[in-house]
Amino acid sequence: MSRKEHDDGAGRSRRRPRYSAWSLVRHGLGVGRDWERAFRHHTPRESYDVVIVGGGVHGLATAHYLAVNHGITNVAVLEKSYIGSGGSGRNTAILRSNYLTPEGVRFYDRSVKLYEHLAADLNFNVMFSQRGHMTLAHNDSSLRTMHWRAEVNKLQGVDSSVIDPPEIKKLVPYLDVSPSTRYPILGALYHPPGGIIRHDAVVWGYARSADAHGVHIHQKTEVVGIDVVANRVTGVRTADGRRISAPVVVNCTAGWSTLISDMAGVAMPVQTFPLQAAVTEPVRPFLDTVVVSGTLHTYVSQTDRGELVFGASVDPFASYSTRGSLDFVEGLAGHVLELMPALSKMRLLRQWAGLCDMTPDYSPIMGLTPVEGFYVDVGWGTYGFKAGPVSGEAMAACIANGKPPEIIAAFGLDRFDEGRLVGEKGAAAVGH
Amino acid sequence: MMLLPCPNCGARNVSEFRYVGEAKTRPDPTTATPQEWRRHLYLHRNPAGWTRETWYHGSGCRRYFAIERNTVDNAVRTAGATS
Repeated sequence: MSRKEHDDGAGRSRRRPRYSAWSLVRHGLGVGRDWERAFRHHTPRESYDVVIVGGGVHGLATAHYLAVNHGITNVAVLEKSYIGSGGSGRNTAILRSNYLTPEGVRFYDRSVKLYEHLAADLNFNVMFSQRGHMTLAHNDSSLRTMHWRAEVNKLQGVDSSVIDPPEIKKLVPYLDVSPSTRYPILGALYHPPGGIIRHDAVVWGYARSADAHGVHIHQKTEVVGIDVVANRVTGVRTADGRRISAPVVVNCTAGWSTLISDMAGVAMPVQTFPLQAAVTEPVRPFLDTVVVSGTLHTYVSQTDRGELVFGASVDPFASYSTRGSLDFVEGLAGHVLELMPALSKMRLLRQWAGLCDMTPDYSPIMGLTPVEGFYVDVGWGTYGFKAGPVSGEAMAACIANGKPPEIIAAFGLDRFDEGRLVGEKGAAAVGH
Repeated sequence: MMLLPCPNCGARNVSEFRYVGEAKTRPDPTTATPQEWRRHLYLHRNPAGWTRETWYHGSGCRRYFAIERNTVDNAVRTAGATS
């Protein structure tokens, strides 16, 4: 046991103090030492069994499940900035599983199930609030898609149903459901298990747990090259001039997934688009449902701190720029007021953008590539955060067994050559 | 505000235009295999830096034209018209 308590630098797990109400009181009273760091800093080794590129929720979850489910702990997560600095810290933290295809619904539902007991699994409060998720329909065709989704969802055991305007009004009194608006609300797909979560906490929780199991997390370590010999991955090169050898390299980046895959010589059917979001000043709680409108390209939720978080669909042209635009704020303000006129006095605090790797069918690309040992978990478009846990679990299984598990079998890179697309545009384009 | 130089109309707000995508050569329809078509449709270079792409001036002269844009900072420079 004493061996486990100290890091011997060889990637062995160690026991760490658990977070609890009692530890909070103890530290609050100044008893004991300072809070221990959630994860440690290491000097990179010359070789690892698995190198994961990208320290977001996908990369860290993959590392966590590799260690916990498969006992593979000689793992490094390389992050070019700080963990959670990319899509994991820029999304609007919405979770749901009311997708359109059976493959998609099963996959995202597994993720919601993992999120439901993630706080207990990681001993980290991720503040998951299953407050209900509502996607509005403003025309007949979207109402038809809602019915379609509701039936697919029910068949997969996911709680989802179409509700009418009086029920919508009861759940969200501030919504304008009158028939006189420019885009009248005809109904909504209501998904009670959906909700919001603290996205930073998810990243930190996975990082803490992966670290406790011996995974090395290297921040400010940018990968600038991937070595491939005879169609087999042999390692990566970093911006600080290191070469780290590894038989398995996993691309878990978002935004830069094309550039990382290019280093291994694997072409990606991906285009990178920014997605902008904004947050208002905090107000008293009045909105306890996530409200999404595909037609108006917007979604609204109120955080535990009282701020309203707004998101949009991706920008109209591909770019790696994360600068906000006035076009976005104007459009957003108009659309939000269309839905909730009472918000006209709210002030925006800030806006930001994150990078979304869009695929032709709005489904991710996961699993093996033509280069042996090079795995991808990319193409996460606008739905990557909610899939973090299940992706980590599935990618870990994929790496440990050398073949993709059933749950991600439909998401392989080869589907584009073979024309087996998994069309999720109807449920994924805006509906977060 | 981001301006795009339309070869006909001059510099206009980007919201007047529709982004068509990376300028690519279409495969020959008489000989292309389904796989070549899929690659043409799905694969993109998606570079971080200068790229040549097609835009459509929908709220103006309604012409398609090529332009070079830096995808990191959205700087633009003119390229020859495609037609």
